[in-house]
Amino acid sequence: MQARGPGSLLVIVPAFNEEGAIADVVRSIHKHVPSVPVLVIDDCSTDSTLFQARSAGAEVLPLPHHLGLGGCVQSGYKLANELGFDYVIRVDGDGQHDPRDIPRILDKLKTSGCEMVIGSRFVENNGSRAGLVRQLGIRFFRIVLRPILGKSVHDPTSGFVGVNRRALAVFGRSFPLEYPEIEALVVLQRRRFRFEEVPCKMRPRTSGRSSITAPKSLYYIAHVLLGVFVNVLKYERRLHRRGQPPAGSGG
Amino acid sequence: MERLLNVTTVLSILLLLLVLVSVRRAHIRVEYSVSWLMAAVAMLLLSRAKPVLDTITRITGIPDSPLTLFLLSGSVFMIMFFRFSVIISHLRDDNIALAQRVAILEYHIQSIRKNG
Repeated sequence: MQARGPGSLLVIVPAFNEEGAIADVVRSIHKHVPSVPVLVIDDCSTDSTLFQARSAGAEVLPLPHHLGLGGCVQSGYKLANELGFDYVIRVDGDGQHDPRDIPRILDKLKTSGCEMVIGSRFVENNGSRAGLVRQLGIRFFRIVLRPILGKSVHDPTSGFVGVNRRALAVFGRSFPLEYPEIEALVVLQRRRFRFEEVPCKMRPRTSGRSSITAPKSLYYIAHVLLGVFVNVLKYERRLHRRGQPPAGSGG
Repeated sequence: MERLLNVTTVLSILLLLLVLVSVRRAHIRVEYSVSWLMAAVAMLLLSRAKPVLDTITRITGIPDSPLTLFLLSGSVFMIMFFRFSVIISHLRDDNIALAQRVAILEYHIQSIRKNG
Protein backbone atom coordinates (compact mmCIF):
# COMPACT_ATOMS: atom_id res chain seq x y z
CA MET A 1 0.00 0.00 0.00
CA GLN A 2 1.53 3.28 -1.14
CA ALA A 3 0.21 6.75 -1.81
CA ARG A 4 -0.27 7.13 -5.56
CA GLY A 5 0.55 10.66 -6.49
CA PRO A 6 -0.93 13.93 -5.27
CA GLY A 7 -4.41 13.87 -3.80
CA SER A 8 -4.06 10.27 -2.64
CA LEU A 9 -6.69 9.08 -0.19
CA LEU A 10 -6.54 6.41 2.49
CA VAL A 11 -9.61 5.22 4.37
CA ILE A 12 -8.81 4.08 7.90
CA VAL A 13 -11.13 1.92 9.98
CA PRO A 14 -10.35 1.61 13.68
CA ALA A 15 -11.82 -1.64 14.93
CA PHE A 16 -12.06 -3.50 18.22
CA ASN A 17 -14.06 -6.72 18.32
CA GLU A 18 -16.11 -5.87 15.23
CA GLU A 19 -16.15 -9.31 13.59
CA GLY A 20 -19.87 -8.97 12.88
CA ALA A 21 -19.57 -5.77 10.87
CA ILE A 22 -16.02 -5.21 9.67
CA ALA A 23 -16.16 -7.31 6.49
CA ASP A 24 -19.31 -5.54 5.27
CA VAL A 25 -17.78 -2.15 6.11
CA VAL A 26 -14.64 -2.92 4.08
CA ARG A 27 -16.59 -4.34 1.13
CA SER A 28 -18.93 -1.36 1.19
CA ILE A 29 -16.00 1.07 1.09
CA HIS A 30 -14.43 -0.82 -1.80
CA LYS A 31 -17.75 -0.75 -3.61
CA HIS A 32 -18.36 2.98 -3.27
CA VAL A 33 -14.79 4.24 -3.56
CA PRO A 34 -13.00 1.60 -5.62
CA SER A 35 -9.22 1.81 -5.94
CA VAL A 36 -8.95 3.61 -2.59
CA PRO A 37 -6.90 1.56 -0.12
CA VAL A 38 -8.60 0.63 3.14
CA LEU A 39 -6.55 0.23 6.32
CA VAL A 40 -8.19 -1.51 9.25
CA ILE A 41 -6.40 -0.81 12.52
CA ASP A 42 -7.12 -3.77 14.75
CA ASP A 43 -6.94 -2.67 18.38
CA CYS A 44 -5.94 -6.13 19.58
CA SER A 45 -9.38 -7.66 19.10
CA THR A 46 -10.10 -10.94 20.84
CA ASP A 47 -12.44 -12.11 18.08
CA SER A 48 -11.85 -12.68 14.36
CA THR A 49 -11.92 -8.99 13.35
CA LEU A 50 -8.40 -9.16 11.92
CA PHE A 51 -9.16 -12.24 9.82
CA GLN A 52 -12.51 -10.85 8.61
CA ALA A 53 -10.91 -7.54 7.60
CA ARG A 54 -8.12 -9.27 5.65
CA SER A 55 -10.59 -11.62 3.96
CA ALA A 56 -12.65 -8.64 2.82
CA GLY A 57 -9.58 -7.17 1.12
CA ALA A 58 -8.38 -4.58 3.62
CA GLU A 59 -4.83 -3.90 4.67
CA VAL A 60 -4.55 -4.52 8.40
CA LEU A 61 -2.42 -2.80 11.00
CA PRO A 62 -2.59 -5.05 14.06
CA LEU A 63 -1.68 -3.30 17.32
CA PRO A 64 0.38 -5.31 19.81
CA HIS A 65 -1.97 -4.45 22.67
CA HIS A 66 -5.21 -2.58 23.24
CA LEU A 67 -4.63 1.19 22.98
CA GLY A 68 -8.18 2.52 22.98
CA LEU A 69 -9.85 4.49 20.19
CA GLY A 70 -7.51 7.49 20.19
CA GLY A 71 -4.31 5.43 20.15
CA CYS A 72 -5.81 3.22 17.46
CA VAL A 73 -6.79 6.11 15.18
CA GLN A 74 -3.46 7.86 15.77
CA SER A 75 -1.62 4.71 14.65
CA GLY A 76 -3.50 4.94 11.35
CA TYR A 77 -2.66 8.62 11.00
CA LYS A 78 1.02 7.95 11.69
CA LEU A 79 1.22 5.18 9.10
CA ALA A 80 -0.70 7.25 6.52
CA ASN A 81 1.70 10.13 7.11
CA GLU A 82 4.71 7.85 6.67
CA LEU A 83 3.28 6.36 3.48
CA GLY A 84 2.72 9.85 2.07
CA PHE A 85 -1.07 9.99 1.78
CA ASP A 86 -2.55 13.46 1.32
CA TYR A 87 -5.99 12.75 2.71
CA VAL A 88 -7.25 10.31 5.29
CA ILE A 89 -10.89 9.60 6.04
CA ARG A 90 -11.83 7.69 9.14
CA VAL A 91 -14.79 5.34 8.98
CA ASP A 92 -15.90 3.47 12.10
CA GLY A 93 -15.80 -0.31 12.03
CA ASP A 94 -19.32 -0.78 13.39
CA GLY A 95 -21.09 0.02 10.13
CA GLN A 96 -22.68 3.28 11.28
CA HIS A 97 -20.98 5.42 8.65
CA ASP A 98 -22.19 5.21 5.09
CA PRO A 99 -19.23 4.94 2.66
CA ARG A 100 -21.37 6.67 0.01
CA ASP A 101 -20.57 9.90 1.89
CA ILE A 102 -16.79 9.46 1.50
CA PRO A 103 -16.58 11.25 -1.90
CA ARG A 104 -18.48 14.21 -0.42
CA ILE A 105 -16.04 14.50 2.48
CA LEU A 106 -13.04 14.17 0.16
CA ASP A 107 -14.46 16.75 -2.22
CA LYS A 108 -14.96 19.22 0.64
CA LEU A 109 -11.41 18.61 1.88
CA LYS A 110 -10.02 19.34 -1.57
CA THR A 111 -12.17 22.32 -2.51
CA SER A 112 -12.32 24.13 0.84
CA GLY A 113 -8.66 23.71 1.72
CA CYS A 114 -9.61 23.26 5.36
CA GLU A 115 -7.72 20.77 7.46
CA MET A 116 -10.65 18.71 8.71
CA VAL A 117 -14.07 17.81 7.41
CA ILE A 118 -16.65 16.26 9.70
CA GLY A 119 -19.43 14.08 8.41
CA SER A 120 -22.32 15.52 10.38
CA ARG A 121 -25.74 14.09 11.17
CA PHE A 122 -27.23 17.45 11.99
CA VAL A 123 -26.14 19.91 9.29
CA GLU A 124 -29.29 19.01 7.42
CA ASN A 125 -32.24 17.10 8.73
CA ASN A 126 -31.55 13.78 7.06
CA GLY A 127 -33.38 11.50 9.41
CA SER A 128 -30.29 10.48 11.43
CA ARG A 129 -31.03 10.19 15.13
CA ALA A 130 -28.86 9.88 18.20
CA GLY A 131 -29.99 8.48 21.56
CA LEU A 132 -31.38 10.89 24.15
CA VAL A 133 -28.25 10.89 26.34
CA ARG A 134 -26.03 11.40 23.32
CA GLN A 135 -28.24 14.20 22.03
CA LEU A 136 -27.98 15.98 25.38
CA GLY A 137 -24.19 15.48 25.35
CA ILE A 138 -23.95 16.86 21.81
CA ARG A 139 -26.02 19.94 22.73
CA PHE A 140 -23.88 20.52 25.81
CA PHE A 141 -20.63 20.33 23.88
CA ARG A 142 -21.97 22.54 21.11
CA ILE A 143 -22.44 25.27 23.71
CA VAL A 144 -19.02 24.65 25.29
CA LEU A 145 -17.19 24.54 21.96
CA ARG A 146 -18.85 27.56 20.32
CA PRO A 147 -16.66 30.24 21.99
CA ILE A 148 -13.52 28.07 21.83
CA LEU A 149 -13.81 27.20 18.14
CA GLY A 150 -15.28 30.54 17.11
CA LYS A 151 -18.02 28.82 15.13
CA SER A 152 -20.75 26.30 15.68
CA VAL A 153 -20.12 22.64 15.23
CA HIS A 154 -23.31 20.65 14.66
CA ASP A 155 -21.97 17.17 15.36
CA PRO A 156 -18.84 17.36 17.54
CA THR A 157 -18.95 13.65 18.50
CA SER A 158 -18.96 12.36 14.92
CA GLY A 159 -16.14 9.94 14.15
CA PHE A 160 -16.74 10.21 10.39
CA VAL A 161 -13.89 12.60 9.78
CA GLY A 162 -11.54 13.47 6.94
CA VAL A 163 -8.21 15.21 7.39
CA ASN A 164 -5.57 16.55 5.06
CA ARG A 165 -1.80 16.28 5.28
CA ARG A 166 -1.32 19.24 7.60
CA ALA A 167 -3.74 17.83 10.15
CA LEU A 168 -2.20 14.40 9.67
CA ALA A 169 1.21 15.73 10.70
CA VAL A 170 -0.28 17.36 13.80
CA PHE A 171 -2.33 14.33 14.80
CA GLY A 172 0.68 12.08 14.32
CA ARG A 173 2.37 14.03 17.12
CA SER A 174 -0.58 14.92 19.32
CA PHE A 175 -3.90 13.15 19.42
CA PRO A 176 -6.30 12.65 22.33
CA LEU A 177 -6.25 9.05 23.46
CA GLU A 178 -9.72 8.56 24.92
CA TYR A 179 -12.89 9.91 23.29
CA PRO A 180 -10.80 11.85 20.75
CA GLU A 181 -13.42 13.49 18.50
CA ILE A 182 -14.16 16.65 20.49
CA GLU A 183 -10.63 17.22 21.81
CA ALA A 184 -9.22 16.78 18.30
CA LEU A 185 -11.27 19.78 17.17
CA VAL A 186 -9.67 21.90 19.88
CA VAL A 187 -6.18 20.59 19.02
CA LEU A 188 -6.70 21.74 15.42
CA GLN A 189 -8.33 25.03 16.32
CA ARG A 190 -5.47 25.95 18.65
CA ARG A 191 -3.21 25.69 15.61
CA ARG A 192 -5.50 27.95 13.62
CA PHE A 193 -6.58 25.08 11.41
CA ARG A 194 -10.08 25.12 9.99
CA PHE A 195 -12.83 22.57 9.85
CA GLU A 196 -16.03 22.22 7.86
CA GLU A 197 -19.03 19.96 8.16
CA VAL A 198 -20.83 18.09 5.41
CA PRO A 199 -24.20 16.37 5.83
CA CYS A 200 -23.92 12.63 6.26
CA LYS A 201 -26.32 9.93 7.19
CA MET A 202 -25.53 7.62 10.08
CA ARG A 203 -26.96 4.14 10.17
CA PRO A 204 -27.75 2.03 13.21
CA ARG A 205 -24.92 -0.22 14.37
CA THR A 206 -24.89 -3.53 12.55
CA SER A 207 -23.18 -5.28 15.47
CA GLY A 208 -21.57 -4.68 18.85
CA ARG A 209 -22.35 -1.92 21.35
CA SER A 210 -21.17 1.65 21.83
CA SER A 211 -18.28 2.04 24.25
CA ILE A 212 -20.12 5.01 25.80
CA THR A 213 -22.90 3.41 27.80
CA ALA A 214 -25.37 5.46 29.86
CA PRO A 215 -23.41 5.02 33.15
CA LYS A 216 -20.21 6.05 31.36
CA SER A 217 -21.79 9.24 29.98
CA LEU A 218 -20.98 11.34 33.03
CA TYR A 219 -17.39 10.14 33.01
CA TYR A 220 -17.28 10.89 29.28
CA ILE A 221 -18.52 14.46 29.79
CA ALA A 222 -16.11 15.15 32.66
CA HIS A 223 -13.17 13.59 30.80
CA VAL A 224 -13.80 15.43 27.53
CA LEU A 225 -14.53 18.72 29.28
CA LEU A 226 -11.25 18.50 31.16
CA GLY A 227 -9.43 17.50 27.96
CA VAL A 228 -10.87 20.48 26.11
CA PHE A 229 -9.78 22.98 28.74
CA VAL A 230 -6.36 21.38 29.16
CA ASN A 231 -5.82 21.70 25.42
CA VAL A 232 -6.91 25.34 25.46
CA LEU A 233 -4.62 26.21 28.37
CA LYS A 234 -1.70 24.12 27.10
CA TYR A 235 -1.53 25.80 23.74
CA GLU A 236 -2.14 29.34 24.91
CA ARG A 237 0.55 28.99 27.56
CA ARG A 238 3.02 27.94 24.84
CA LEU A 239 2.01 30.91 22.71
CA HIS A 240 2.57 33.29 25.60
CA ARG A 241 6.03 31.81 26.13
CA ARG A 242 6.84 32.47 22.50
CA GLY A 243 5.39 35.97 22.76
CA GLN A 244 2.72 35.33 20.13
CA PRO A 245 -0.93 36.32 20.37
CA PRO A 246 -3.44 33.60 21.24
CA ALA A 247 -5.10 31.72 18.40
CA GLY A 248 -7.98 33.55 16.78
CA SER A 249 -11.30 32.10 15.79
CA GLY A 250 -10.61 30.64 12.40
CA GLY A 251 -12.94 28.57 10.32
CA MET B 1 -1.45 8.82 72.64
CA GLU B 2 1.70 6.88 73.44
CA ARG B 3 0.06 3.71 72.12
CA LEU B 4 -0.87 5.48 68.86
CA LEU B 5 2.73 6.60 68.36
CA ASN B 6 3.93 3.06 69.06
CA VAL B 7 1.53 1.71 66.45
CA THR B 8 2.87 4.28 63.99
CA THR B 9 6.42 3.15 64.77
CA VAL B 10 5.53 -0.48 64.13
CA LEU B 11 3.72 0.43 60.88
CA SER B 12 6.73 2.49 59.74
CA ILE B 13 9.10 -0.40 60.43
CA LEU B 14 6.79 -2.80 58.57
CA LEU B 15 6.62 -0.42 55.60
CA LEU B 16 10.41 -0.05 55.65
CA LEU B 17 10.89 -3.83 55.67
CA LEU B 18 8.27 -4.38 52.97
CA VAL B 19 9.95 -1.86 50.68
CA LEU B 20 13.43 -3.28 51.30
CA VAL B 21 12.27 -6.84 50.66
CA SER B 22 10.46 -5.71 47.50
CA VAL B 23 13.57 -3.97 46.22
CA ARG B 24 15.68 -7.04 47.01
CA ARG B 25 13.24 -9.25 45.07
CA ALA B 26 13.17 -6.70 42.23
CA HIS B 27 9.43 -6.10 42.65
CA ILE B 28 10.13 -2.35 42.88
CA ARG B 29 12.90 -0.56 41.05
CA VAL B 30 15.33 1.26 43.34
CA GLU B 31 14.43 4.69 41.96
CA TYR B 32 10.76 4.16 42.85
CA SER B 33 11.52 2.79 46.31
CA VAL B 34 13.34 5.94 47.47
CA SER B 35 10.11 7.91 48.07
CA TRP B 36 8.61 5.05 50.09
CA LEU B 37 11.77 4.59 52.15
CA MET B 38 11.98 8.29 52.88
CA ALA B 39 8.31 8.39 53.89
CA ALA B 40 8.73 5.35 56.16
CA VAL B 41 11.87 6.78 57.80
CA ALA B 42 10.18 10.18 58.30
CA MET B 43 7.19 8.51 59.96
CA LEU B 44 9.48 6.40 62.14
CA LEU B 45 11.56 9.39 63.28
CA LEU B 46 8.55 11.58 64.00
CA SER B 47 6.78 8.86 65.96
CA ARG B 48 9.90 8.45 68.14
CA ALA B 49 10.79 12.14 68.50
CA LYS B 50 7.91 13.42 70.57
CA PRO B 51 9.49 16.86 71.33
CA VAL B 52 9.83 17.54 67.61
CA LEU B 53 6.23 16.50 67.04
CA ASP B 54 5.06 18.69 69.95
CA THR B 55 6.97 21.68 68.55
CA ILE B 56 5.36 21.24 65.11
CA THR B 57 1.96 20.86 66.79
CA ARG B 58 2.49 24.10 68.73
CA ILE B 59 3.70 26.05 65.68
CA THR B 60 0.93 24.86 63.36
CA GLY B 61 -1.80 25.17 65.97
CA ILE B 62 -3.05 21.63 65.40
CA PRO B 63 -4.81 20.45 68.59
CA ASP B 64 -3.13 17.04 68.88
CA SER B 65 0.37 15.61 68.33
CA PRO B 66 -0.90 12.33 66.77
CA LEU B 67 -3.12 14.40 64.47
CA THR B 68 -0.03 16.34 63.40
CA LEU B 69 1.77 13.08 62.68
CA PHE B 70 -1.08 11.76 60.57
CA LEU B 71 -1.54 15.06 58.75
CA LEU B 72 2.17 15.10 57.92
CA SER B 73 2.08 11.44 56.83
CA GLY B 74 -1.05 12.08 54.75
CA SER B 75 0.58 15.05 53.03
CA VAL B 76 3.73 13.04 52.25
CA PHE B 77 1.68 10.18 50.79
CA MET B 78 -0.46 12.59 48.74
CA ILE B 79 2.71 14.05 47.20
CA MET B 80 3.99 10.54 46.51
CA PHE B 81 0.73 9.46 44.86
CA PHE B 82 0.84 12.55 42.69
CA ARG B 83 4.45 11.83 41.75
CA PHE B 84 3.55 8.27 40.82
CA SER B 85 0.59 9.50 38.75
CA VAL B 86 3.01 11.68 36.79
CA ILE B 87 5.35 8.70 36.30
CA ILE B 88 2.49 6.41 35.24
CA SER B 89 1.25 9.03 32.75
CA HIS B 90 4.72 9.26 31.18
CA LEU B 91 4.99 5.49 31.05
CA ARG B 92 1.57 5.20 29.40
CA ASP B 93 2.49 7.79 26.76
CA ASP B 94 5.79 6.02 26.09
CA ASN B 95 4.06 2.66 26.01
CA ILE B 96 1.47 3.83 23.45
CA ALA B 97 4.12 5.45 21.25
CA LEU B 98 6.19 2.27 21.42
CA ALA B 99 3.24 -0.01 20.61
CA GLN B 100 2.34 2.18 17.63
CA ARG B 101 5.95 2.14 16.43
CA VAL B 102 6.16 -1.65 16.75
CA ALA B 103 2.89 -2.06 14.82
CA ILE B 104 4.02 0.29 12.04
CA LEU B 105 7.46 -1.32 11.75
CA GLU B 106 5.87 -4.77 11.62
CA TYR B 107 3.56 -3.50 8.90
CA HIS B 108 6.57 -2.24 6.89
CA ILE B 109 8.40 -5.56 7.38
CA GLN B 110 5.35 -7.52 6.17
CA SER B 111 5.03 -5.21 3.15
CA ILE B 112 8.70 -5.72 2.24
CA ARG B 113 8.29 -9.50 2.59
CA LYS B 114 5.15 -9.47 0.46
CA ASN B 115 6.69 -7.32 -2.28
CA GLY B 116 10.17 -8.81 -2.12
